[in-house]
Amino acid sequence: MQQIHLGAIDYTILIIYFAFVLGIGWVLRRFVKSSEDFFISGRSIPAWIAGLAFMSANLGAQEVIGMGASGAKYGMMTSHFYWLGAIPAMVFVGIFMMPFYYGSRARSVPEYLKLRFDEKTRGFNAMTFAVMTVFSSGISMYALAKLLELVLGWHFNTSILLSALIVLIYIFLGGLTSAIYNEVLQFFLIVLGFLPLVLLGLKDVGGWAGLTAKLQTVATQAGFAPGAWSDSWRHVGSATANPMGVEWFGLVMGLGFVLSFGYWCTDFLVVQRAMAADSMAAARRTPLLAAIPKMLFPALVILPGMIAIALHVTRGGLLPLGSDGTPNYNLAVPMMLGHYLPTGLLGLGLTALMASFMSGMAGNVTAFNTVWTYDIYQSYIRPGQPDGHYLRMGHAATVFGILLSVAAAYATTRFNNIMDMLQLVFAFVNAPLFATFLLGMFWRRTTGHGAFFGLIIGTGAAALHHGLVLSHGAVAGLKGAFLGAVLHTYPSEMAQNFWTAIFAWTACFVATIAISLLTARNKSDDDLKGLVYALTPRLRDRDLPWYKQPATLGVLVLGLTVVLNVIFW
Amino acid sequence: MKLDVRMPIGLMFTIIGAILTVYGLVSSDTIYERSLGINVNLWWGLVLLAFGLVMLGFAIRARRVRHGSAP
Repeated sequence: MQQIHLGAIDYTILIIYFAFVLGIGWVLRRFVKSSEDFFISGRSIPAWIAGLAFMSANLGAQEVIGMGASGAKYGMMTSHFYWLGAIPAMVFVGIFMMPFYYGSRARSVPEYLKLRFDEKTRGFNAMTFAVMTVFSSGISMYALAKLLELVLGWHFNTSILLSALIVLIYIFLGGLTSAIYNEVLQFFLIVLGFLPLVLLGLKDVGGWAGLTAKLQTVATQAGFAPGAWSDSWRHVGSATANPMGVEWFGLVMGLGFVLSFGYWCTDFLVVQRAMAADSMAAARRTPLLAAIPKMLFPALVILPGMIAIALHVTRGGLLPLGSDGTPNYNLAVPMMLGHYLPTGLLGLGLTALMASFMSGMAGNVTAFNTVWTYDIYQSYIRPGQPDGHYLRMGHAATVFGILLSVAAAYATTRFNNIMDMLQLVFAFVNAPLFATFLLGMFWRRTTGHGAFFGLIIGTGAAALHHGLVLSHGAVAGLKGAFLGAVLHTYPSEMAQNFWTAIFAWTACFVATIAISLLTARNKSDDDLKGLVYALTPRLRDRDLPWYKQPATLGVLVLGLTVVLNVIFW
Repeated sequence: MKLDVRMPIGLMFTIIGAILTVYGLVSSDTIYERSLGINVNLWWGLVLLAFGLVMLGFAIRARRVRHGSAP
């Protein structure tokens, strides 16, 4: 495979970017006076900044590379991750859940669980979340360094250490505020860095019409109906009719409901950005404002992958082939960068890739140091210390959180399976969590025991389901069927994951209800004020102008999403 | 707001935009074969420059209003 060469100007742009992210951290360092400044920005962030950070923290390098890869592998159906999954979930968290998160004055998602349920539920969530964030930033560090090594010939160690060091410095200096402000900068860089690639690619394939014509060749060659790569909904009637191998129910319920709502509504990494907003109204607007650019992101991250596969099939040889003869989809975006961008703009494109990596990593690190300090250290190790003590612990947690991520990145290089295994564990833990929150926020009868054991049963159900099924062509083991028997074979891994999530969520939902009914309530109605829907006074938004009312914004965002779904049906 | 985030964003894109624009003016045409013969450094440099200047403009105006010396 031919490597891409960078010129002096490309490095100049990269260095300017590094200088600015570090500079922002440096300027913000004097605003960090208390632990709340460091961990939740002293609740002082305006809605539009929190909104862009909300979407940027999720937009790690794995998202950019992964969505491009899925665009090439599954075509237009990848848009479901946005228009079916993310957007409705973001509207839901903004309108219905944020009043409890922000209103309870909890400083983290696990802390909300403590207020709503009990100590053990919080402990369970805090531990799994801390481990998950360290590993996910480690894994994305590994993925980025591998990619830079392959495409640019950069040293694996240099890439890892340099990027980790920069993120470390700017979070250490300015805490969450620094992460959030940098995420806004990174957001614009990602948009303006990838947009020329999309425009050039589209021009080259002859616009959307030219692209769909070429994708018909891709689809028919793979044995599908001609529109399988360029329609999002038309081929979901049966699992065998589309490249993703899922039918509409698994798609809507698994991806649209359980996985997306589970992630956007309960993952502290994103919720933390909204919690840092300067008012309740701003906190509720945060995910809604984030949803507007998010809606358009398929054009930026999925389209390059679709263009790449169209060119690969019709002109040949754009994507390198793997050992089994299939194209290496993960290289779709980097190959497109090298294919279209001349030196100069190439530097900008790579800087955008770096920016996406750093925004994702900073999201993990800030979420980790908060959960570690407030929910583990302050709760179980050293409670009752003066605030300055926890601020120092936050600084220390930033350093060892990053060191642990680096260690996780190297662990990933040693054990090939670690990446697959962890992603599996994440799915097991995350999917049932949304059932716990849903019941906790909307049913006051839910008890601490119900929540805790419901979560365990949900996670167990995920493992059980995964252990008894397999996807087509996969070997028993990590990919499923580790319990020895194969009860069902799914057409694709994606379908298998969606159904694992559905089983986990349902098991948690039913078990939590059953156990709650059998156990006594541990919180009275008084305790639950501001934590449960029925016991919280309705927020009145009538005095706000319409474009600031969460409900109006939510309806607008959902309406636009429906339009997008229909256009690309 | 502790720091007007539009200021660093504006500055960064103005600098990068200016560099790309100048580079687009002086670079030879052969490097633009891959970008379909379009001098993308020049054109996209100008886009970034405009974006950066607009952001800077907003930041400077907001600062003037804050300091009570409206233009």
